[in-house]
Amino acid sequence: MKFGVVMFPGSNCDRDTFHVLKDVIGRDTVFLWHKDHDLQGVDVVVLPGGFSYGDYLRSGAIARFSPLMQEVRAFARRGGHVLGICNGFQILLELGLLPGAMLRNKDLKFLCQFVHVRIENDRTDFTRAGKKGQILRIPIAHFDGNYYAPDKVIEDIRRNEQIVFRYCNADGKVTEEANVNGSMDGIAGLMNARGNVMGLMPHPERASEALLGSEDGQVIFRSLIEAIERKGRKAR
Amino acid sequence: MKVRILVSFKDSVLDPQGQTVKNALHTLGYRSVKEARQGKVFELELDKISEEEARKLVPEIAHKVLANPIIEKYTWQIIQDE
Repeated sequence: MKFGVVMFPGSNCDRDTFHVLKDVIGRDTVFLWHKDHDLQGVDVVVLPGGFSYGDYLRSGAIARFSPLMQEVRAFARRGGHVLGICNGFQILLELGLLPGAMLRNKDLKFLCQFVHVRIENDRTDFTRAGKKGQILRIPIAHFDGNYYAPDKVIEDIRRNEQIVFRYCNADGKVTEEANVNGSMDGIAGLMNARGNVMGLMPHPERASEALLGSEDGQVIFRSLIEAIERKGRKAR
Repeated sequence: MKVRILVSFKDSVLDPQGQTVKNALHTLGYRSVKEARQGKVFELELDKISEEEARKLVPEIAHKVLANPIIEKYTWQIIQDE
């Protein structure tokens, strides 16, 4: 199987993500340039963290209009797997592939720290290698990670079990204190109703090697591999 | 023609930056400030366009790009005719 990591001007986690997928997880991985139209036959598109287009206008707002993102939108509609990390999550929200929007963090601070998140749903292609209730220690680094959606949308995503990760404390309790950016319902990661597109604010690629303090992020990449290699066919 | 578009958070959306501004104003003694909301201003210069066309074009641009309709609203006006 093959991963594709999208590069926008201002992406800064693209190479880290590429390294983890290729060298640590050990799967074929290519870079996808934002101006191209070709997804190069990848099975999973990863939108990496960073500050695409300098976060001008709103985080992710300009990146969504790039030529490649039109292909990514069509790919997702065909059932292809898309993973958005941090800025990638923001782009998926702006693109409308995921519901809701991001507001500035509740304390108006850029947050760069390890957090704990809890797997809320383990029957997804992004978490099947993990267990419901499992606590992952993964870093965040963002200014706009305060997830917002109208109440009706929150009701829908709860009912459809689209909430994949919630911020929690080290004991796995979802508390206001653990919800560092003020996200509604403590949402740290969210998927679409179909289950093929997920965005999360924490950076699993920064927590995939023991040398860097945590390997917990690997579970997301391994889940995708399990989901796709077991199916034995491409979504496209 | 020049138009000005004002984008701000919907009333239902918390505006932490506006709130911080309000708190700062209170600290400075401006107790009469009841609420503060922060927004963005865009000025677009439109070439060879009638007012009627502008009334169609500007809301389209505002809705599609300048504002995120999930959290933001906008108003606009013509500030300079051709």
